[in-house]
Amino acid sequence: MAYNFKEVMNKKERLAPGHRMCAGCGGTIAVRNILRGLRDEDKAVITGATSCLEVSTFMYPYTAWNDSFIHNAFENAAATCSGVQTAYEVLKKKGKIDGTYKFIAFGGDGGTYDIGLQSLSAAMERNHDMVYVCYDNAAYMNTGIQRSSATPLYADTTTTPAGKLSNGKPQSRKDLAAIIAAHDVPYVAQTTLYKNFKDMHKKAEKAIYTPGAAFLNVMAPCPRGWRYETDDIMEICRLAVETCYWPLFEVIDGKWILNYKPKTKLPVEEFLKPQGRFKHLFKKGNEQLIEHAQAEVDKRWDALLDKCGEYSQGMIKKKEAI
Amino acid sequence: MSIRERLSGNEAVAIAIRQINPDVMPAFPITPSTEIAQMVATYIANGQVNTEFIPVESEHSAMSAAIGAEAAGARSLTATSSCGLALMWEVLYVAASSRLPIAMAVVNRALSSPININCDHSDSMGARDAGWIQIYSENNQEVYDNFVQAYRIAEHPSVRLPIMICQDGFYTSHAVENMELLEDREIKDFVGEYAPESYLLNSRQPLSVGAYGLPAYYMEAKRSQLEALKNAKQVTLEVAEEFARLSGRNYGLFEAYRLEDADYAMVIIGSTAGTAKDAVDKLRAEGKKAGLLKIRLFRPFPGEEIAHALKNAGFIACMDRTESFNGQCGPLGAEVKSALFNARLMPEVINYVYGIGGRDVAVENITSVFEDLIRIEQTKDAGDRYRYLSLRE
Repeated sequence: MAYNFKEVMNKKERLAPGHRMCAGCGGTIAVRNILRGLRDEDKAVITGATSCLEVSTFMYPYTAWNDSFIHNAFENAAATCSGVQTAYEVLKKKGKIDGTYKFIAFGGDGGTYDIGLQSLSAAMERNHDMVYVCYDNAAYMNTGIQRSSATPLYADTTTTPAGKLSNGKPQSRKDLAAIIAAHDVPYVAQTTLYKNFKDMHKKAEKAIYTPGAAFLNVMAPCPRGWRYETDDIMEICRLAVETCYWPLFEVIDGKWILNYKPKTKLPVEEFLKPQGRFKHLFKKGNEQLIEHAQAEVDKRWDALLDKCGEYSQGMIKKKEAI
Repeated sequence: MSIRERLSGNEAVAIAIRQINPDVMPAFPITPSTEIAQMVATYIANGQVNTEFIPVESEHSAMSAAIGAEAAGARSLTATSSCGLALMWEVLYVAASSRLPIAMAVVNRALSSPININCDHSDSMGARDAGWIQIYSENNQEVYDNFVQAYRIAEHPSVRLPIMICQDGFYTSHAVENMELLEDREIKDFVGEYAPESYLLNSRQPLSVGAYGLPAYYMEAKRSQLEALKNAKQVTLEVAEEFARLSGRNYGLFEAYRLEDADYAMVIIGSTAGTAKDAVDKLRAEGKKAGLLKIRLFRPFPGEEIAHALKNAGFIACMDRTESFNGQCGPLGAEVKSALFNARLMPEVINYVYGIGGRDVAVENITSVFEDLIRIEQTKDAGDRYRYLSLRE
């Protein structure tokens, strides 16, 4: 079915207003738009890893979830969701279920890249008919902006503070989408809050309605942790995509597909500059740090182009050498 | 009609599972409980049950998936031992506080380190405060009978809590004994269909499970959980009564063996109770008034009833198959002494640590404990009240 923005935006709201997430939180925007991938007539059970999202949307005696929701612990959203989904299969066979249910788990990057990676890997390998969505804000925001393996190079976090002897996080981020793609699941995609959300809406629908395990990695900026003006969230996301820091791609049955290639790749500086967590990179004498950040983005972008069968700088150079 | 069989304890549990035909079983192998999952997987492979098996990557995920499945409205279970149970520790609490009547076959084994695959109770004793009902079994017959009764207790509307059915690693899990099984139809009727009131897949009423509880509510949540656990005592008795009508085998909160007029009593859990009964018989034959109290229900702890049953004993040995590292008692010792104190009974209580890491316990070892009690009466000198039995010195 062709994508119709108006129809998608007119779908029923599944995360009710009145929850306690911060104003301008990228996670909430991501969740509401991922849930637009569901058909209105279908029901869902949502699993939440312990996270900002969980503690802010289900504070007893209130819940913001219009669908059934389960929170178990921090590291086990994927295992929990796999249990719910298996229960559905059994009870459906026994004729105890009305209608169609879909199963979506949400975790932050802490619950997904780090403490929950084992549980996620196993649920993906077992190929449960579920979608795991990582709302990646690139640090442990719920506990107060500690680094995670999703935190980018040189970001200033509370456990990798920039200081006299420190330039922020010394390591680059883990490429989780590629790790999950290596599980050979039917659908993996990376997206963010980009322009009119068409990319996210389409990927959400594909992920939810592709039989088997699917994984979505959604960059969801955190104004508190990234230290930018709340209003600027869409611009921050646009710059992440246009600088190729956060490329939009899909892996469908093992085939890598690039969804957007900027005509002019912006320097990563443009993405880093509006964010307080990279402020120290712009001090005089730190120019080489920005060069490192650029080199890291270039290396990953080239590798992605190769995987997607697009010409990268590296491939062109190789050809020239021949 | 009962069926006579020769089975190991693990086989007994697996057969009970086949007869109950639960919905979802996530499990991860660990000695000595591994066979249970293997046998259920075989029943599934041969179409003998409708259960879905989830071959998870860890025990933490086994319990996590069981929580998801049970919350979704499916009758769920798992089996584990030792470090596997320890790895579940965090989510055991979630299962109990979410009021999910999951059943778990625990095959008791020592915790590392040193790594040791043999029996003791340090695994389930470590989990004793997680909010689960705990029932312990002496022999293979009890393992089977207790597992058959598990869901009836756990799912009771006044309880709705998870339940561990514990047996001793190798002593019962792998040893083959003669026992009696009930017919499949009898078990199916006894256990009944699972019909939860609230569940995630209820299309008429969505449900949110696992809230963030602020200080304004957390304490009340814990208290209501305690009330439910306390209710499990009465329900355990009612279910046992119904089970006795079906099977002819009687169960209570504990078993009192030659205890009524005993001057010297032993309180013990698990398979060593069989050995202890032999020791009691031997001492009785010599005219020494020995008796035994074998724990069945450890959580909730039936303190009043146990104190009452021990009221005539002047000298009591509490046998702990685990070390609690508090320097003065084991978990059973602590519970029994607390129950006696609350009942204003002041017998001499000696707490023994025995059989940990699979250290063998023979009739002579148990006899030596009773002899200690007799000596204490004669010399009026209790000596050390916290002792190790059969320690190599």
